[in-house]
Amino acid sequence: MPQATSQQTIGPYWHLILHPEWADLTRFGAAGEQITLTGRVIDGEGAPIMDAAVEIWQADPPADAHFPGFGRAPADDAGRFRFVTLKPGPVPGRGNAWQAPHLALAIHARGLLRPLFTRLYFAGDPRNEADPLLGAIADPARRATLIATPTAAATWHLDIRLQGAGETVFFDF
Amino acid sequence: MNDPLPFRPAAKGTQPLHDTPAYGSTSKRHPNAPLLAFAHTLTETTGPRFAPAHFPALADLSVARGKSALGERIIVAGRVMDEDGRAVPNTMVEIWQANAAGRYDHPNDQHDAPLDPHFHGEGRVFTDAEGRYRFTTIKPGAYPWRNHPNAWRPNHIHFSLFGTGFAQRLITQMYFPGDPLLERDPIFLAIPERAARERLIARFDLGLTEPEWALGYRFDFVLRGRGATPMENT
Repeated sequence: MPQATSQQTIGPYWHLILHPEWADLTRFGAAGEQITLTGRVIDGEGAPIMDAAVEIWQADPPADAHFPGFGRAPADDAGRFRFVTLKPGPVPGRGNAWQAPHLALAIHARGLLRPLFTRLYFAGDPRNEADPLLGAIADPARRATLIATPTAAATWHLDIRLQGAGETVFFDF
Repeated sequence: MNDPLPFRPAAKGTQPLHDTPAYGSTSKRHPNAPLLAFAHTLTETTGPRFAPAHFPALADLSVARGKSALGERIIVAGRVMDEDGRAVPNTMVEIWQANAAGRYDHPNDQHDAPLDPHFHGEGRVFTDAEGRYRFTTIKPGAYPWRNHPNAWRPNHIHFSLFGTGFAQRLITQMYFPGDPLLERDPIFLAIPERAARERLIARFDLGLTEPEWALGYRFDFVLRGRGATPMENT
């Protein structure tokens, strides 16, 4: 039985495949509730990760010719990233469960030999309380590392801390 | 509702560890807390849909601004399959690489080697109905990095693949056979199992080689399969 190909780091020169417009998932004319997502990627000493690639994927709204469901953005000199996308609705979970609105994130960078996967949820959404994945994180402070907070109209912010105090919950994917 | 089939976990020893001290940049970037395991949902088992009209192919990296790049012209081709032996058709494959002198066309690359105005180093194609892909490019040069004294990266081409579900996302590097730097490279050596490492080394393929034109290298990919972990031979 063949085994899956091994991962290797994206390295510091991945910007050769950077197309800044990919950070706007609405660029092909997708209709819906537009939101802006911002955040920072920070290392174990609190320093910005200036060469990170941040990718988002959302299962809702369903991807189609006008909405790829996927975006890629670079972290800038302050570790900041920014996406424009459509606000996801709830997504079916396993069994009869429903998942609160969320996006999947993959973080790639020099020094990451394989991607780090996490999620972004939306603060204040009452569906968060019944979300199976959030419910599997017992510590409220850890759970909060997945929950973006509103910073302006239709704008949500989430910092990604790779290590140490406030470390983001990453998944065994 | 039927639950989506989850992807299988990676076979033991086939994926690098986040904390790899020999690769210095991992030290402040690897999580300390255990990774959270959970059963995959639609979010993990479905993935991006790239309309090819919006993502035009860049299959030939060996010519830029109307002229041929310097260096050894090569063809890199292969097939994308999953662990269950199924071809992965119509999936995006991205590559990027240094030029023949070992220099990236990237502002942060300060290696004292020449840029080539006729080489940029980005490629993108979609696999065909049988999961096949093919690029024409230039064999990338080795280059120094500062991980340890006299550290040099082996010749490599970076690859990015998507598959059918986001949990199949694969970022890797393709290496070349016979490279003496491989056994000194902490990134390559971060993969515990030798057999898994060696699958990142392309095979020279005379059948792919085009007479009077370009050497051929074959490099196949296997993305994660779905369902329960198969019984392993022990």
